[in-house]
Amino acid sequence: MIKNSKILIKNGRVIDPANKIDTVLDILIENGKIIEIGNLLSINKSEIQNPKSEIEIIDASGKIVVPGLIDMHVHLREPGYEYKETIKTGTEAALAGGFTSIACMPNTKPVNDNQSVTDFILDKTRKEGVVNVYPVGAISKGLKGEELSEIGELKSAGVVAITDDGKPVMNSELMRRGMEYASMFDIPVISHCEDLHLSEGGVMNEGFVSTELGLKGIPNAAEDVMTARDIALSELTGARLHIAHVSTRGAVNLIRDAKNRGVKVTCETAPHYFTLTEKMVDGYNTNAKMNPPLRSEDDLKAIREGLKNGTIDVIATDHAPHETSEKDVEFDKSPFGIVGLETSLPLTLKLVEDGIISLDEAIAKLTVNPARILNLNKGTLSVGADADIAIINLDKEWQIDVKKFKSKGENSPFHGLRVKGLVNTVIINGNTFNFEAH
Amino acid sequence: MINKLKSKDLLGTKDLSPEEILLILNTAESMKEISSRDIKKVPALRGKTIINLFYESSTRTRTSFEIAGKRLSADVVNISVSTSSVAKGETLRDTAKNLEAMNPDAVVIRHSSSGASEYIAKILRCPVINAGDGAHEHPTQALLDLFTIREKKKELKGLKVSIIGDIAHSRVARSNIYAMNKMGMDVTVSGPSTLIPVDIEKIGVKVVNDVVKAIEGADVIIMLRIQLERQEKGLFPSIREYSRLFGLNTEKLKNAKEDVIIMHPGPMNRGVEISADVADGQYSLILDQVTNGVAVRMAVLHLLTGGA
Repeated sequence: MIKNSKILIKNGRVIDPANKIDTVLDILIENGKIIEIGNLLSINKSEIQNPKSEIEIIDASGKIVVPGLIDMHVHLREPGYEYKETIKTGTEAALAGGFTSIACMPNTKPVNDNQSVTDFILDKTRKEGVVNVYPVGAISKGLKGEELSEIGELKSAGVVAITDDGKPVMNSELMRRGMEYASMFDIPVISHCEDLHLSEGGVMNEGFVSTELGLKGIPNAAEDVMTARDIALSELTGARLHIAHVSTRGAVNLIRDAKNRGVKVTCETAPHYFTLTEKMVDGYNTNAKMNPPLRSEDDLKAIREGLKNGTIDVIATDHAPHETSEKDVEFDKSPFGIVGLETSLPLTLKLVEDGIISLDEAIAKLTVNPARILNLNKGTLSVGADADIAIINLDKEWQIDVKKFKSKGENSPFHGLRVKGLVNTVIINGNTFNFEAH
Repeated sequence: MINKLKSKDLLGTKDLSPEEILLILNTAESMKEISSRDIKKVPALRGKTIINLFYESSTRTRTSFEIAGKRLSADVVNISVSTSSVAKGETLRDTAKNLEAMNPDAVVIRHSSSGASEYIAKILRCPVINAGDGAHEHPTQALLDLFTIREKKKELKGLKVSIIGDIAHSRVARSNIYAMNKMGMDVTVSGPSTLIPVDIEKIGVKVVNDVVKAIEGADVIIMLRIQLERQEKGLFPSIREYSRLFGLNTEKLKNAKEDVIIMHPGPMNRGVEISADVADGQYSLILDQVTNGVAVRMAVLHLLTGGA
């Protein structure tokens, strides 16, 4: 890590979807803010020629310079499950993946359903975190789905959204009231759409593979039914609804139609849903077990279409680290979830390479789109903005190796995969982190 | 003709070739002869240690494997869930590693989790025999079923088989479907639509919900046990209705072929999926299955633990 009051990023291909910029430019940073962007030859000369100048010059020739990535769906596990991940290791993993801001889910122990847990997360982040952490509060106390959390207090403590992620609010009345209440504070309600009756006992997608393996399936309808319900509740309440980790064709269709009707709904998917299918579970691979489960080829196609036509606004990881021994068990006994922070970028860039979405769209789904949904003043390279920046070498090939992850979690189905696109440098709060030796 | 199995383990019939299935059935024939002797013991596996690791209660299968091992002179050790350290929270990996440290020559495992046998087979150097894993496979049951059918019908190819009952939760059904397809048999599954798993047709079976239609023209009928807890989960309305619609009785059997054979992997719910008169009647081979189970398991143990 290098700290300089002034940083100049030269000759990089600057992609800033919010400002519709995609061209070679220089960016000048001072005290953690972007102060100039353009062809900065003049600064260049005067500053470089001044021997007392403390300007750090980063040559980004041949690389792309983008707003620091934002992951709006991360499980940092702290407090409570520090053996799986901590705020320190989770934010280090984020940084290595090119992320400068992440939102962390409330299913910690204790649950982030009150101000003191939010305060703890923010305090710990100030002490040990290396990226910005935005806590997401619980909709219901203890994620029990019975009574609303003190959402007003959570909001003033700093939560940027509320969710009972991992445990859907099955009681439609409580969900309705949670949405109504949250809309007073202009924070979105993030919904993990799963009908627990339809999914009960399920450990993978319901289909031919589950039939062959003799594993209890989770039907697409478990997700679709709740997506439909929450869209209806959003229409009823006018609340902002964000659907987490969309994995089915049905959910994509429902969200597309809702958007066309003007419902205030946004959504995200995760790289594994546009990269892998249920076939990955074959051999009882617990690193292919997550919730919602990897779906069929047809669903994967629908997710890609949704990304292309804009139905899916955001790519988020649902980073869910577990200790290796927890995953090294019988398939049905393994916990759900995989890590994602350090693999999201190259998997997203593969979509660009495959012609599914443009590079500009990919960056938007990883930066300004989640920033807008969470009302963060982040995700752009405008003059005056926080200088959260990632410099990426698009052509660099590398092999995913879970042993090299900064995350404590090694639970990735992508181990060993050869990918393209590597984070070179991340700038955040005036600090420069280099990952060339990666 | 091959003389050994290609894998170190027997985890399912899905991975067996038709030649391997025939090898096991032919070997089982000589094993059956041993069981008919006055002195039912040969020294083939003397000095070998076989561990029966049973995480689920089982009388028939565990006893069958134990007798099979003993008739081949192996030392057979039974570990069942109530007496093992599982109750103390040991992981399957640790249990497997501990067993490995005692140098067994084969481990027979019964487990409620699908994939458990494959999981420990990757850990253990010795052969692992799947004695039933969740709703996945129960290969020796399918092999003993084939043995029993072949004994009666002489030829497997072209036979029509109907498997009736809770297909969704049945490892016996899966193992039989794979094995029977490989042997050129024609399999139909039947039962309430709530207990027929999705896309089962893609494995290569016909689905006929109406049991009477499923029985018509069948050479073999395999009835599966219905677990009463499925009713509590809302998968069918009542035992009464299940029995009426899907249970096999003399009345329904009138639609069957004259030389039909009826099998059941046990344990039976008499009067639920099969009426007592049918279970004990002239078409029933249910006790032959049990006898043949020992022979087939002797064959599998012999082929895998290198007794030859």
